[in-house]
Amino acid sequence: MFIGQPITRQDGRLKVTGEARYAAEFSLPDCAHAVLVQSTIAAGRVVAFDTAEAERMPGVLAIITDQNAGALNQKKASAQTVTRPLLQGTRIFYNGQHVAVAVADTFERATAAAAAVRVSYAPSEAVTVMDESHLGRAYKPQDFRDGKKNPDTSRGSPEARFESAPVKIDQTYETPVEHHNPMEPHATIAAWTGGKLAVWTATQGISGAQETLASAFGLEQSDVTVICPYVGGGFGCKGNTWPPAIFAAMAAKHVGRPVKLVVTRSQMFTSNGYRPATIQKIKLGAETNGKLISVQHHGFTQMSDPTLPEFAEPVAVCTEMLYACKNVAVSHRLVPVNQGTPTYMRAPGESTGMFAVESAMDELSYALKMDPLALRLANYAERDEHADVPFASKALRQCYSEAADQFGWHRRNPEPGSMKDGRILVGWGMATSTYPTNRRPCMARVVMRSDGTVLVQSGTQDLGTGTYTIMAQCTADSLGVDITRVSAQLGDSRFPAAPVSGGSATAASIIPAIEAAVAKLRGNLAQMAAVDPRFAKVAPADIKLAGFEVTAPGIRVPVQELMARAGTRELGAEAEAAPGGDYKGYSKQAFGAQFVEVRVDPDFGTIRVSRVVSAFDVGRLLNTKTGRSQLLGGIVFGIGMALQEETLIDRASGRIVNSNIADYHVPVNADVPQIDVIAIDAPDNITGALGAKGIGELPMVGVAPAIANAVFHATGKRVRRLPIRVEDVLT
Amino acid sequence: MQEFTLQAPTNLGSAARLAATPHASFIAGGTDLMQLWKNNVNPATLVVDLDAVGAPLRGITVDAQGLRIGALMTMAEVADHPEVKRQVPALSQALLAAASPQIRNMGTIGGNLLQRTRCGYFRDTGFACNKRAPGSGCPAIPGENRELAILGGSDHCIATHPSDAPVALMAARASLQIHGTDNAPRSVALADFYRLPGSTPHLETVLRPGDVITAILIPAAPANMRATYVKVRDRQSYAYALASVAAGVDMQGGVIREARLAAGGVGTRPWRLDTVEAALAGKQPSDAVFAAAAARAADGAHPHSQNAFKVRLLQQTVRAALHSVTA
Repeated sequence: MFIGQPITRQDGRLKVTGEARYAAEFSLPDCAHAVLVQSTIAAGRVVAFDTAEAERMPGVLAIITDQNAGALNQKKASAQTVTRPLLQGTRIFYNGQHVAVAVADTFERATAAAAAVRVSYAPSEAVTVMDESHLGRAYKPQDFRDGKKNPDTSRGSPEARFESAPVKIDQTYETPVEHHNPMEPHATIAAWTGGKLAVWTATQGISGAQETLASAFGLEQSDVTVICPYVGGGFGCKGNTWPPAIFAAMAAKHVGRPVKLVVTRSQMFTSNGYRPATIQKIKLGAETNGKLISVQHHGFTQMSDPTLPEFAEPVAVCTEMLYACKNVAVSHRLVPVNQGTPTYMRAPGESTGMFAVESAMDELSYALKMDPLALRLANYAERDEHADVPFASKALRQCYSEAADQFGWHRRNPEPGSMKDGRILVGWGMATSTYPTNRRPCMARVVMRSDGTVLVQSGTQDLGTGTYTIMAQCTADSLGVDITRVSAQLGDSRFPAAPVSGGSATAASIIPAIEAAVAKLRGNLAQMAAVDPRFAKVAPADIKLAGFEVTAPGIRVPVQELMARAGTRELGAEAEAAPGGDYKGYSKQAFGAQFVEVRVDPDFGTIRVSRVVSAFDVGRLLNTKTGRSQLLGGIVFGIGMALQEETLIDRASGRIVNSNIADYHVPVNADVPQIDVIAIDAPDNITGALGAKGIGELPMVGVAPAIANAVFHATGKRVRRLPIRVEDVLT
Repeated sequence: MQEFTLQAPTNLGSAARLAATPHASFIAGGTDLMQLWKNNVNPATLVVDLDAVGAPLRGITVDAQGLRIGALMTMAEVADHPEVKRQVPALSQALLAAASPQIRNMGTIGGNLLQRTRCGYFRDTGFACNKRAPGSGCPAIPGENRELAILGGSDHCIATHPSDAPVALMAARASLQIHGTDNAPRSVALADFYRLPGSTPHLETVLRPGDVITAILIPAAPANMRATYVKVRDRQSYAYALASVAAGVDMQGGVIREARLAAGGVGTRPWRLDTVEAALAGKQPSDAVFAAAAARAADGAHPHSQNAFKVRLLQQTVRAALHSVTA
C-alpha cells in the first residue's frame, strides 16, 4: 500500500533543480512579449489614448486598446470565466483596470512602450473602500454559490431568542482586502496555428481555461489546447481564467506570432482577484450553562461594480452548521465599491467567517466565565442541523481532546495577562476549524505498457500540493504494482478532462476517476484473457489482475503476453467518476481544532506566535509527507492572515499602495514557530475517495481567531479587526 | 524600464564626470535602483557602475582615529567585520536587522545611505508625489500614512527614510568622504548630510551632481563601543522599521558621561535624538531617568491619521534600548 505512506513528492527533484517548467518558462520561436497598461483612476471612462510615442519605439509591434482589440464573445462559458472588463469598452470600474496591451519583440521594449502609452480620462465619483457608512448600499447576491445556495437562511426564532437570552454577545468583526501572492505570477504564452489556439498558462483549472478561451474567440473547445504542467501556487487566484490569459491570445492573433504575457507582481494586485474585505455582525445568545440559544451571523462583503461578475465571500455558511442551536440566522450582502472583481482565496468564507464566529465564541466564554473549549463541547453538533442530515463523518471531539492534551490546555489560567514569562505576556487561545469536503466529476486514463511501466493521466492540476504523487500512489495500489513503475501526467487539456482545483476537491475527485479507469482496464484485460485458450475453462469472474499478471486458479499469464497476442505494446482505459449514491444524504465536512500560544512584548506591542498544536479530522491522510506539509502551510497562511496580510488602498484614488511583496507582508521563516499537527485517522467512508477529505483549506481556518483569542488572553485587548498590529496592543 | 547606456569607469575622476551628466545614475549593488528603475521611478538613461573604480571605494581600515569603511563594501561584509563589531556594534546589529542575507550580500553600505523611501506613493508613478514629481502634490499625507514619518515632515512630504545602518552611523557621529567633479575630496558629517523635505522633498542630501561617496568614517569613541540597535517591525525579519533606535553610552563611575542616540522608521531622515542625549548626560541610569529622557524622543513630532502610535512606540523603543545598553 502506498496510500497513507510518507511518499516523497514526485516532482520535488524537478522543482529544486529547476527542471520543472512553469507556464512562462516555455520558449516558442519568434515569441513576442505583451505588457499590460492599467488605469490610474477609479471610476469614469477613457476619453482618448495617445499611442503615437509608444508605437514609434523600437521593436514595438502593436498597442492594443478597446479601439483595435476586436470583439470578443463575453458569454460566461464556465464557472471560471471572467467576462469583463476585457478591452471591450471605455468605462473604468477600478484603479488598475487593464486599458491597453503593449506588444513588442522583447519584454523590456514592451515594458517601455506600455509606460509610454498616454491615457486621457473623464473621471467620475468613486467609492473605493467599504466601511460601515456604506452598508446602506448593500444588496443581496444574485448568484450566491453559483446559484446553489440561498444567501439568507434562518431556523427557529433567532432574534426573539437573542433578546431574551441571559448572556449575549453582539459585536462586529472586520477583515481586510488580501491578495494571494503566489510565488509564480500569472503568465500565458499564446500561439495560433491555422485557427487553432495553444496556450501555456498558469491555472488551477485547465478545463475552465479551455472553455473560456474557446468561447471568447468563437472556437470549438477541441481547437484550444491548454498546457500547465506545474503551478507555482494559486491559493484561488488562478481558479478563474482572468483577462491577461485572454489578452495574450488576443495579442498573438493581432501580431500574428506567439505572445508571452507575464503579469508583474504589482499588476497581480488588480489582475486576478483578491479576498474581499468583510464586515460581519455576530449576535450570540446563551443560557448561563453555555448552551447556545441564538446564533446570528450577518456578513457584508466588498464587491466590485454590480455589472461585473459577482463574487460573494460566503462568510456565514459555516455558521449554519457549526454548533448545535435551534435558532440560527445568517445572511450575506454585497457592497459595491470601485475595486476589481474579488475571488476565492484559500478557505473563502470559512477563514474570514470563522474569525468572526470563533472570536465571538471566545468573548462568550469570558462572559460566561467558562473555558472556551468547554463552551464548544457544550454546543457540539452531532448532526448538521441546517441541512438536517447526519455528518458523513465527524471526529471533531477527538481533534479537540488530542490537540488540547498535547498543547497542555488544562494548565491555562483563563485570567487575561496572568501568564507571563518575565516581562513577556503569554496568551493561549483556541478555535474550531471546518471546511466542506467537495468532490466533482473527473476523468482519468491508466495505461499499462509492455515494458512493465504504468502511465496515469488526467487533465487536472498540481498546485504544488502533491497531485502527481497521489495519482501515482493511487494507481500503484489499484493495480498492485510498485510506485516506481508508475508515472503520472497532468496539466494538459488533451488528457481526460478534470475539474478546477479549488475547494480542496482535487484528491477526492481524481482518485475515484483513477479507480474507475483501473476497474475498466481490469475488465478489458479479463475480456482479452477470456478469448485466450489458457483461460478457456475459467469463469470470467475468476479472472483477476495482480500487477502485471492475469490470474485464475492455477494460471498466471503476464499481461505482456496478452498484449503481444493483441499486437499492441500498451493497454489503456479511460473512465469518469462522479459523486452519487449515498453522497447526497450526508453533510460532508472536515474539522479541526487549533491551539495557539502567543508572546506579546508589552513595550513594543509585537506579537509572536510561539507555539501551535492543531488536530485535523481529514478522514484518511493520503500521503503523510505531502499532506503534513499542506497542513503546516495552511497554518502558516493563517498566521499571516492574523498578523500581517492587508492590502492597503488609498481611499482618495482607490489605488493600491503596497503592491509588492516587500511591503505586503506574509510570514517569513522567523515568524513560524514550532507547529505540531495531528491528523486524526478517521476514514470517511461516504466521500468515495479512499476515505479522504480535502486538506488544502481546512488548516488555515481557525488560526486567525485562535491567535486573536490568544492575544486577548495575553493582553486583555479584544481585537476585532485583522490583521492585529502593534498599535492594537501597545500599552 | 527605459533603454540605457552602462559605463564602468576605472577611476573616481571619470566616475564623477560621467555621473554629473543629466539623467545619469550610479549603480553599486543595485538592490534598490533596480526596483526604482522597473517601476519607472528612476529615469536614468546613463548608468555608471562603480565596481571598476576598485580600491578607493573598498576595504575597512582601522587607525587611532577610528574606522574607515569603503563605500562599496557590502552590507554583509561590514556587518561581519570584527573591528566593526568591536568599535560600532550597533552598526553591525543594524545591518543584520536589515533586508535579507541575499540583499545584504549585494547591497553596499554607501548605497544603503541613499536607499529611497518605501512610501508606496513615491514608488508608483500612478500617484502624484512631490518627491518624484516636484509640485504634483502629496496624497500620502491624508492617505495610507501608517508607516510614514512623524518627525521632520512638511506639508509637501512625510516619506520615511527606510535604512537601518544610517541610524547607527548617525548615533556614532560618522562622517562621509565625498569625491566630486572638482577632484577635491571633502568630508561631510552625516548629521549634515540629509536634508529635511521642506518644500523640496526631491532634494534628499547635500550631494551635488557627480559626487561619489567614497568612504564612511567612524570616530573611535567609548559611546560607540557600548551601543546597541533595537528595531521594532511588523514581522520578525525582512521588514522596515516601525521604529528603531541606536543607543550608545559612555559610563564612568556609574554615571552616563555621554549618550548617543538616533532613531529610524520615524523620521524623514535618520533622526538624531539630541534632546534625549542631553537628558541623560551626567545621570545615573534608572528607569525613571530613561523614561524621562525617552519622553523627549518625540519632541516636535507631528503624527498623522494612522501613525500616532509611533510616538509611544519610539519612546518605548528608546527606553528599552537604554535598559539594554546599560544592563
